[in-house]
Amino acid sequence: MNSAAAQLELDADVPETHVHPARATLKRLFRHRLFLSGLGLFGIILAAAVLAPWIAPTDPTKLAMRFKFRPPGSEFAFGTDNFGRSLWSRVIWGAQLSVIIGSSVVALNAVFGTLIGALAGYFRSLDNALMRVNDAMMAFPAILLAIGITAVLGPSTLNAILALAIVYVPRTARIVRSSVIVLREMEYVQAAVAAGAGHWRILRRHILPNAMAPLIVQLSFLFAYAVLSEATLSFLGLGAVPPTPTWGNIMAEGRQYMVEAPWIITIPGIALMITVMGLNLLGDGLRDVLDPRLRIQQ
Amino acid sequence: MTHLLSAAGLTKTYAISGGLLLRRQAIALRAVDGVDLNIMPGETLGLVGESGCGKSTLGRTLIRLIEPTGGTILFDGDDITSLDMKAMRPKRRAMQIIFQDPYGALNPRMSVEDIIMEPLVIHGARADAAARAVVADMLRLVGLPQRAASRFPHEFSGGQRQRVGIARALALKPRFVVCDEPVSALDVSVQAQIVNLLQDLQAELGLTYLFIAHDLSVVKHISDRVAVMYLGKIVEIAEKRAIYASPQHPYTQALIAAVPVLRPQDRGRGRRARLAGDIPSALNPPTGCRFHTRCPHVMPICRTQEPQLRTTAAGHQVACHLTERP
Repeated sequence: MNSAAAQLELDADVPETHVHPARATLKRLFRHRLFLSGLGLFGIILAAAVLAPWIAPTDPTKLAMRFKFRPPGSEFAFGTDNFGRSLWSRVIWGAQLSVIIGSSVVALNAVFGTLIGALAGYFRSLDNALMRVNDAMMAFPAILLAIGITAVLGPSTLNAILALAIVYVPRTARIVRSSVIVLREMEYVQAAVAAGAGHWRILRRHILPNAMAPLIVQLSFLFAYAVLSEATLSFLGLGAVPPTPTWGNIMAEGRQYMVEAPWIITIPGIALMITVMGLNLLGDGLRDVLDPRLRIQQ
Repeated sequence: MTHLLSAAGLTKTYAISGGLLLRRQAIALRAVDGVDLNIMPGETLGLVGESGCGKSTLGRTLIRLIEPTGGTILFDGDDITSLDMKAMRPKRRAMQIIFQDPYGALNPRMSVEDIIMEPLVIHGARADAAARAVVADMLRLVGLPQRAASRFPHEFSGGQRQRVGIARALALKPRFVVCDEPVSALDVSVQAQIVNLLQDLQAELGLTYLFIAHDLSVVKHISDRVAVMYLGKIVEIAEKRAIYASPQHPYTQALIAAVPVLRPQDRGRGRRARLAGDIPSALNPPTGCRFHTRCPHVMPICRTQEPQLRTTAAGHQVACHLTERP
């Protein structure tokens, strides 16, 4: 075998203490300023959504005409709308709906985008069929396709989730596919083939874990798009049906009173802005830490 | 003598589409073009040639990491050319590969223990104490400390990663290992360590190597026999001593003349065979002898007729018209 001296040298080179790569990544994330400020902003919305029953106990749909058009103040923190409903309650319950819709769309994308992308990228015989359908879907402007689908299915929360998932899954699939195409040529994948690994093992153990970084970055941006698109749909009357409060339909109703009661349209608008900005900063931070190559390209 | 591995007429072509829109046509790129190769048990066969001549493709095709387009592969007497994935699995125990790039060959999300254990698990072992003991043995065998098991690839140097790659390849106790330029990406001092490790392991475990390299001095050190490849074909194959002492193919002569020597003034003046030009495209290989465009001894017959691999001396085969003259 090797000489004793060379052996000692090798021993010394293997670090005594060691860091799990996942922990190292988390550590870098929590030192990243963009990520932290994004997390802070989105955290406000997330907290509002989760804590809604406790911090907004007033029924957001309860009419109280004698209180209508109260400006923000000590009595009603965010004021009231044209039916005297508390805007504080409505915006916070709207946050909950936005978060539910955003996370459902993200979850559906994570499952189906990964599935379609992995199949197309790994089994090249399926690639053409899957990707041509994908391209056809992507040829429509996102919001127009979502409007079309909800117009056919009818306005409801569930249909808005479905429509947004259908619109965005092809985009996610494309990102997963391109990572899979690169990864399947890696030598560690070849080594697994040489060891006799089956397709399922190769995908699950070698390809998908390494394809996660760009996917996670994409999903964080997707959350923002989903919340924004949902607001657009419900602004147009194609999302959750009134009186269920959503940021979109609060703004649609407030639009008529923009001069007399500007807070009705402004406050959900600010909430929407905080969400989208927070998620974008969060996504930028994730991208910098998880997928540093993308940063150079931009 | 029975061969451990024997390939006949092995061919791998890739379809490349060329031409513009409506005139699109498939052109065949012949990466490996009708190779006959026999490998004896326990030997190290060196495979040398320029970049892009098909060495790696040949090595990977032999163990069915790349599907051959034509020809047959016999491993230990069994035809493995067209076995499906499932039937191939038990055969894969006996044939493994070590890669060139120590960074791309290890999954960054798996610990060294998981990496070395994976082949065992694929072949039915449970990830239990017994499997961990095998991993510990393999680490000892390749000269890594036991604490390496819980580490991840990014914590190692290139040479250490290469040792992990070797441990993974040997975990299944294979008989045949394709070493695909295992030291080309390493520092020279580390190269020597890895080459010595490979030789020690060969002696200890009775391995058979196909050692692919473009560094002739490494090949000279480790090989028993050497095959020289040019544009998808083997042009000369012989015992190491014979090929380095009296290379017969002009291409082999040029390759050997190009090896740097310690004292350049010792090299004979004027006799040095030099090659002009680049390796021709495998998409459109020259007619006749593929080497005729660069050969210093080209004859009219070379342009029209392709020379076949012929035995010129015991165990020495050459594909060149020069050696056919009576």
